[in-house]
Amino acid sequence: MRVIEAILDVFRNPQFYSITLTASTPLIYASLGGVFSEVTGVVNIALEGIMLMGAFVSTAFAYYTGNPWIGILMAMVVGVGIAWLHAWASIKWWGDQIVSGTAIILIAQGITGFLMKPVFGQVGQTDLEKFKMIKHITKDINPIIRPIKLPFPENSFLGQAFGTISPLVILAFVSVFIGWFIIYKTTLGLRMRSVGENPEAADTLGVNVYRIRYFGVLMSGVFASIGGAFLSVGDTGIFKELMTGGRGFIALAAMILGNWNPIGAMFASLLFGASEAFANQLQSSKLIEVSSSVKPLFNMVPFIVTLIVIGGFIGKTRPPAADGIPYKKSE
Amino acid sequence: MYEEYAVVMKGIVKRFPGVLANDHVDLFVRKGEIHAIVGENGAGKSTLMNQLYGLLHPDEGEIYVFGKKVDMKGPRDAIRNGIGMVHQHFMLVGNLTVAENVVLGSETTKGGFVFDLREARKRVKELSEKYGLHVDVDAKIEDIPVGMQQRVEIIKTLYRGAEILIFDEPTAVLTPQETEELFEVMRRLKAAGKTMIFISHKLNEVMEISDNITVMRLGKVTANLITKETNPREIARAMVGRDVVLRVEKPPHEPKDVVFEIENLWVKDNRGLDAVRGVSFKVRAGEIVGIAGVAGNGQSELVEAITGLRKIEKGKVTLLNRDITGLDPRSLRNMRMTHIPEDRLKYGMVLQYPAYYNMILGKHWWEPYSIRGFLNHPAIFEDSKKLFEEFDVRPRNINMLGGNFSGGNQQKIVVAREVSSQPKFIVVAQPTRGLDVGAIEFIHKTILKLREQDVAILLVSMELEEVFSLSDRILVMYEGEIMGEVKPEETNFEEVGLMMAGKRLEEVRS
Ligand SMILES: Nc1ncnc2c1ncn2[C@@H]1O[C@H](COP(=O)(O)OP(=O)(O)OP(=O)(O)O)[C@@H](O)[C@H]1O
Ligand SMILES: [Mg+2]
Repeated sequence: MRVIEAILDVFRNPQFYSITLTASTPLIYASLGGVFSEVTGVVNIALEGIMLMGAFVSTAFAYYTGNPWIGILMAMVVGVGIAWLHAWASIKWWGDQIVSGTAIILIAQGITGFLMKPVFGQVGQTDLEKFKMIKHITKDINPIIRPIKLPFPENSFLGQAFGTISPLVILAFVSVFIGWFIIYKTTLGLRMRSVGENPEAADTLGVNVYRIRYFGVLMSGVFASIGGAFLSVGDTGIFKELMTGGRGFIALAAMILGNWNPIGAMFASLLFGASEAFANQLQSSKLIEVSSSVKPLFNMVPFIVTLIVIGGFIGKTRPPAADGIPYKKSE
Repeated sequence: MYEEYAVVMKGIVKRFPGVLANDHVDLFVRKGEIHAIVGENGAGKSTLMNQLYGLLHPDEGEIYVFGKKVDMKGPRDAIRNGIGMVHQHFMLVGNLTVAENVVLGSETTKGGFVFDLREARKRVKELSEKYGLHVDVDAKIEDIPVGMQQRVEIIKTLYRGAEILIFDEPTAVLTPQETEELFEVMRRLKAAGKTMIFISHKLNEVMEISDNITVMRLGKVTANLITKETNPREIARAMVGRDVVLRVEKPPHEPKDVVFEIENLWVKDNRGLDAVRGVSFKVRAGEIVGIAGVAGNGQSELVEAITGLRKIEKGKVTLLNRDITGLDPRSLRNMRMTHIPEDRLKYGMVLQYPAYYNMILGKHWWEPYSIRGFLNHPAIFEDSKKLFEEFDVRPRNINMLGGNFSGGNQQKIVVAREVSSQPKFIVVAQPTRGLDVGAIEFIHKTILKLREQDVAILLVSMELEEVFSLSDRILVMYEGEIMGEVKPEETNFEEVGLMMAGKRLEEVRS
């Protein structure tokens, strides 16, 4: 009964909701990126790698310039660059999209690990104070994007849960809406969907299949890199090796669960974010004793939820028909 | 030059690796006429039309549209020149609506970026009313029947201002009623001054709708005929290069024991509705049982259930005295049940595989194709070559990918594979869809030969002619039920037609 009490306690705690938002935001961005790419028919499992690069680049620029927004901007630039690699391999050269995506993940993990020392002067994890010492920087640096205050009464439940919030969180929801609008309400979106479903048909109507697919993949670079940057400059202000920890893949799951629709993917991301927050809160609950040896098990909760939910929903969602199939024009 | 012609193609040459698909082809199409192109499977008709539509670029030759010389780099250029094409395999986006499909690529917009769906719907409705092309503008393509999908293709071309419409085997997938509707539309388009090019293997259709006929054979034009002054026999001879039997002779043959039986079979369709409702029948060795009916009355579901591709809700299926209800396709094949599926692109072959693998699909685990779990390529090659000869698949290249064969030759590959699997019971669905007269003759003879060898045969076909000329008994299906059983020599088209429309045999004969 203690356990039930502890679980209820988690849901009564406003912190659970604020952590849910924080945990969901990177997933929302990355899954939106996934939707943009896959709606046009290009599978992009490179999200994990792009996120990691986004986290790294944004931290580096935030540390050197002292402005985390510049970090975000540069993360987007680099994200587009990596996505372009994926597009080039899989659209231009009809490469296998899974292989190309995997390669990008491995490259991202390698590069960020390798550059830790030259860029931050330390390995494993960044420490701002040490960094300033090594680089002889004396001025104040704030590597975290300043949260904004929402007009909720300070001590109310809402105030405690959502009173101070990162602008990146709000931007995530705005992006989802814009993404949905582009995909479902514009001519560009109509073409994106047609190219992901039946590129040959689109081609016979003069739709430039390659260009549309490039657009989709590059946009996925933009969003996935912001998602990654949120982990560092949006939240903790530090970069850790492999800090994305599989979130790129959970984002893919969210995209599938959301039936390749930005809004669906957003709700799925919130679900996965909530499960992460739940595990996080439960293991630190004072009502039950969790020995440190089982704590790592709690970190598996989001993945288990993913498996169960995806397993239950499989067959009910439908990918774009040409998803993952390179398009070759016949001559 | 060529002012009186809508289309002139002069000296067109198109080569594919190992194939001369078009060999100095000349085509003259007058303004406002319906011009038919006929020819054997692989004669190069689709290739010629793909060049006119800019999908392929001719290796040699010139194209004139309304007297103007054109050089088309892609469909865009063709569209700009007033050419539209209704493809042999539809070019539609399944998850988009009818209206969205029509305007795709030349969308109606609000301010250039935002898609104006309302305007699109309005324009599609206008076109559909003007030419009598009934469509449901808001339905998704994947939810509408083939006949309507085809009308969407026609509206697509009209929306883009097409003056010349190319129809590549438009009737191959249509029921007789739908074909009549299509012809009605074509007549209306002709009255509105449009020019049409019409490809078909059905000579009676060509006789009915066209003004002039160009006959192709092995990549060359072999005859230019005026429809009013010719007849099916002459066309067939020009196509095949010999006299063709348009209707095969069925010798008497005494059926043996019952091989296959279904009792009170119930099957659901994709939407979960009852598609087959309590159907029972038997097929004996050396007997052809034909199932007639308008498309969509449960025939496809019946075939899928029998061949293990669809769940059986209720009822019993027996093959060679063994209960096979719910057995999977592989076990059924091992019991020597084979299947020529109606949708060869979806169930019949793997387009990305070379022909030799397509020739052994479904029996690849049998000896000699597979020995101790390893494919035995020499045997596969040898048998494929033999079957290519026997079934006259063209070109005779077993290494070519399935998708690169012409429609009719793909069908021959499927038929060859299934017939050569030594069946005891064979389910044959739409075996001659898209085949030329010569090939139809051959397939019909093949089916009759199986009957001679005491194979039990279930034939499902939308072609009444075919059902009548092959079957020993005909079952007519309507809304998932059997309306009655008749012998072809004791009935006529009219009686069967009434049963296809939902009248029971007792009602028809009373
Ligand atoms: N992309 C391709 N690569 C190689 N060969 C091809 C390709 N497309 C067509 N061919 C070959 O060109 C020849 C002509 O094919 P085409 O599709 O034009 O025939 P068709 O007259 O339309 O036949 P059908 O009546 O069966 O549709 C065939 O031998 C075919 O195998
Ligand atoms: Mg063809």
